[in-house]
Amino acid sequence: MAEEKQHIRLADADVEKQTTTLNLGPTHPATHGIFENVLEIDGEKIISSKQTVGYIHRAFEKIAERRPYYQVTPLTDRLNYCSAPINNMGWHMTIEKLLGVKTPKRVDYMRVIIMELSRIADHLICNSVIGVDTGALTGFTYVFQWRELIYEIYEEVCGSRLTTNIGRVGGFERNFTKAAWEKIDKFMAGFPKTMKEFEALLTRNRIFMDRCIGAGPISAERALNYGFTGPNLRAAGVDYDVRVTDPYCSYEDFDFKVPVGTTGDVYDRFLVRNGEIWESYSIIEQALEKIKKIEQDDPAQKDVFYAVEADKYHLPPKEDVYTKMEALIYHFKIVMGEIEVLPGEVYHSVEGGNGEVGYYLISDGGRCAYRLHFRRPCFIYYQAFPEIIKDGLLSDAVVTLSSMNVIAGELDA
Amino acid sequence: MALTKDRVKERLTEKFGENIIGLEEQYGIIAFSVPAELNMDVLQFLYDDEELQFRFLTDITGVHYPDRKSEELCVVYHVHNLKHNIRIRFKAFVPIEQPDIKTACDLYSAANWMERETYDFFGINFVGHPDLRRILNVDEMEHFPMRKEFPMEDPTRTDKDDEMFGRGSIVV
Repeated sequence: MAEEKQHIRLADADVEKQTTTLNLGPTHPATHGIFENVLEIDGEKIISSKQTVGYIHRAFEKIAERRPYYQVTPLTDRLNYCSAPINNMGWHMTIEKLLGVKTPKRVDYMRVIIMELSRIADHLICNSVIGVDTGALTGFTYVFQWRELIYEIYEEVCGSRLTTNIGRVGGFERNFTKAAWEKIDKFMAGFPKTMKEFEALLTRNRIFMDRCIGAGPISAERALNYGFTGPNLRAAGVDYDVRVTDPYCSYEDFDFKVPVGTTGDVYDRFLVRNGEIWESYSIIEQALEKIKKIEQDDPAQKDVFYAVEADKYHLPPKEDVYTKMEALIYHFKIVMGEIEVLPGEVYHSVEGGNGEVGYYLISDGGRCAYRLHFRRPCFIYYQAFPEIIKDGLLSDAVVTLSSMNVIAGELDA
Repeated sequence: MALTKDRVKERLTEKFGENIIGLEEQYGIIAFSVPAELNMDVLQFLYDDEELQFRFLTDITGVHYPDRKSEELCVVYHVHNLKHNIRIRFKAFVPIEQPDIKTACDLYSAANWMERETYDFFGINFVGHPDLRRILNVDEMEHFPMRKEFPMEDPTRTDKDDEMFGRGSIVV
């Protein structure tokens, strides 16, 4: 009899007891992208849900089979567009791995600076949006000025902001300008104050904590089985970070911690990302020091911004193209995609904003990839979403989606 | 004692012998191929074996090799031992006329969408998959677009010489 006990007594034959089907998305302000979720709800409790993905599928893997390698970089921008530089550099490093190019330390550290800046930008969006979805818009406006500055730094380095196409095989297209270094210094000087303010607004905020703690949890075991990587996996308590296990781009030279959570809920994901922002900040600090030291020891290093052994993959300086035969030939060959690449199969992964971004490249020695597959962390962990939100409330589903930082571009490729 | 790549190779050849084909290391990853019917035996063995413990499925994807007769399609698995940080990649080839292979969904929840994606683009039939539908393309689509017989650009165009612009279309 106990289970039939009702808080509200309804008149007989008044309301039919049934569940409601609710379409959350495809374009809903709380889903931050094109995600369709058909929820079966009983009142506000989610009984079951089904996702549909693929609304912005753009056939990148097919396109990549007909594009010379350097033309694939703009495709990688559009995967996780919140941290495009990490994807770009992951792709360059994949080709470097295939070619066996070893980049100079200064290039590695410059890349680390850009990658960690984009990790900060990525996490800032995710965490401030969790705030927005729980009703706190202020934090979002606080941190966005620093994200804006990060985008200005990209602009100084490569000329564009969101879809960056930053860097080249072997390093960068040009050296960092004075303005770029100044902007990085400006970021380093001003960001901690705002970040502390942001944390003070949310981390111990009673309302925020009540909304986040216990919402959308996942155990470490399930997270691993679902192929979680990145902050979402670390929030569940597994300290897997590609930067530590398979160091690329000289990450082994840096001293940083891998923040982990315990319950894998929204609050833990929030804390892990905040922790990572501070770690990234410290990595940039170290990188700046290391670059300074390199330049002090050998002033000639100031002009090193790409690996000389990769010069066949690096557009020559424009003034040489106009005046020298050799440079003009190389310029033409590179632009036409007539660059020789050895046949081989390579898998390279980097720690993206959302986890392990992998590039599985099969080269048959031709000008384009024979097959290129992107391991997109979002695509893999988003399938756990119905299991995570089951038996939770509708409002929990919304914050769970934002705390998982599912990016439509990465989901659909 | 730390698990080494050599030990992994040893265990694999001990267990599967001749069925481990072309065992080598490619850019730091242990790579080999297995007969299609053994795909789950290998995955399960890598998962269960006390010593190996490859319990993280990094990726499943497909490749189309039109020139390999009766093994045109291939499923590529990437598994990872997180404890000792060793990665394995293995391929299982299936004929294009009957591209059947066992699903990995029972072992890894992550395999669900990865296999749906592979089915969607290559038409590989994962036997036993709980919900083998298209995932990124529309349901009404009739072909499997990542197969090599579908060129990226309109093959009837005559104004553009493929020799000059990218890979020539592959005739199957």
